[in-house]
Amino acid sequence: MFKLLEGPQTLGRGKLFWSCVLAVLAGALVYPLFADSYDVGNFAYFLIWIFMALGLCLMWGYGGMLSFGQTLFFGIAGYGYGVLAINMGGGTATIAALVLSVALAMIAAGILGYFMIWGGINGIFFGIVTLSATLVLAFFLGQTAGPEWHIGPARLNGFNGMKGMDPLTVGDFYIEGSALYYVMIALIVIVYLALRMLVNSGIGNVIAATRENPQRAEMLGYDVRKYQLLTFVIGSGLAGLSGALYTSWGQFITPSSIGLPAAAMPIVWVAFSGRSDLTATLVGSFLLLFGFQTITVYSQQAALVLMGALLLATVMLAPQGFVLGIGKLVADRWRGRRRDDGTVMAEAGRLQSEES
Amino acid sequence: MALVEVKGVSKRFGGLTAVSDVDLTVNAGEVHCLIGPNGAGKSTLFKLIVGLYPPSQGSILFDRVDITAERPYARVQRGMSIKMQAPSVFKELPVRQNIQIALQDRVSGAERISEEDRLLTLLNLTADSEKLAGALSHGQQQWLEIGMALALKPQLLLLDEPTAGMSPEETFKTGELVKSFNAEGMTVLVVEHDMAFVRQVAQRVTVLHLGKIFAHGDLESILQDENVAEIYLGKTHAH
Repeated sequence: MFKLLEGPQTLGRGKLFWSCVLAVLAGALVYPLFADSYDVGNFAYFLIWIFMALGLCLMWGYGGMLSFGQTLFFGIAGYGYGVLAINMGGGTATIAALVLSVALAMIAAGILGYFMIWGGINGIFFGIVTLSATLVLAFFLGQTAGPEWHIGPARLNGFNGMKGMDPLTVGDFYIEGSALYYVMIALIVIVYLALRMLVNSGIGNVIAATRENPQRAEMLGYDVRKYQLLTFVIGSGLAGLSGALYTSWGQFITPSSIGLPAAAMPIVWVAFSGRSDLTATLVGSFLLLFGFQTITVYSQQAALVLMGALLLATVMLAPQGFVLGIGKLVADRWRGRRRDDGTVMAEAGRLQSEES
Repeated sequence: MALVEVKGVSKRFGGLTAVSDVDLTVNAGEVHCLIGPNGAGKSTLFKLIVGLYPPSQGSILFDRVDITAERPYARVQRGMSIKMQAPSVFKELPVRQNIQIALQDRVSGAERISEEDRLLTLLNLTADSEKLAGALSHGQQQWLEIGMALALKPQLLLLDEPTAGMSPEETFKTGELVKSFNAEGMTVLVVEHDMAFVRQVAQRVTVLHLGKIFAHGDLESILQDENVAEIYLGKTHAH
């Protein structure tokens, strides 16, 4: 099973790659010991969004489906977590609220995906329909300010957003600060490895085949619609995981986290990073989020303009993504150097044998 | 025994009738060629059998089961395998992975790797197995697609102009490949323009003209049919 961690669908293999992964993981694990609690909380916040980016990478890069609906499912799970956590009374029930809210996002993705995929919607229209559904939810939630908009004791509160839910809790222990950070690290490791195994498996082969040539894939006996739906549900479920964790982290959620500017962000992260590789998406999204947050401290408008400029630069200069491009360049150089070393060693061996 | 039965099938596109009330039987174990001049409706009939088009009327049976309403993947799962007219491979994936995708549902583990190697050798693609399929020549892509179709071990192999764009040597080699599959018991239905290829492989031939069956029979009788020569082959080619 662990053989699937490496394969033709993912960059990075061998001892050197996994040593680097372990080194980064070790650095991430000791980071809270040296950083102040504000920075640790901030890092946990960046990590929340990585799931959404990985989900889009799976759908767009591997499955060929450009979904503009990541924040739709982020919002469904985010609001879902709030409603469930408030109605279930907080405490350890928040863990159940997290699981159920992600399941809710996946069910919603299953329903929307079924109608789109079985209805033959693909290409640019897939993006248009998912964006439309996202905007419908954002506008709907924006007009829920009145007291009549509530589910049990949970008020939706329109543009002011929903608040008052507990963070993730086990017994009396609130999962916040460093604890939340470690939960994020563990979840990212699990999701990243699971996705690597998925895309390098037989199912991943069919997902890639469907992206490349859906008719040919069907001519090999695969019902490509089922594979597309599976990809869409998993990718959207990961956006839902981001949404539920976000609500738990901040104990609030507003419609602005679903609307158009928010919906465009995952596209920028994944396009800039390199949509066709999970590692590139993970690294690139984290770097962009870090940069965005740093610039936002000075000017939110400047940060948004920078994101737009990055998207333009990606489309015009590196359509496959900057991080992926740099990664491939480094890998090629490394392989080239090893080849050269091998040639030198072979030549030395030949001379030695001639001398003897 | 009939493996494929096309019964009274028509296909209309608006006011145009591309295939009109066609009856066709492909027997198990034969190489059956579907020929005809441009616009005769060959490719449309092929797509009807494959399931890419739903017929306007009529029915299609495979191994005595009505498959008229089934999608292409379901027909493939029943034992059909298809090679389309234009090379249709996964261009951004390596050659070996193309074969692997076709094989993975049938065999796994070491057996799959050995079957991949066998097919790559058969198709003369071993040296190119790590290349992206899109980097292969046109003829090699045609063979790769034939290999993917063969990987399914089908009862019926459907080939739409398998030699399009191939050199005479490649065409001959493809013909020999088709004959070798047939010798192992595979039924083959070929839509083809190249009469040299048809002569090389066909056991029975159906001629389509203006969307209707114009003639059918064994290869010799079709080649000697003056009417067929008139509409399609050209008298000088008939003998």
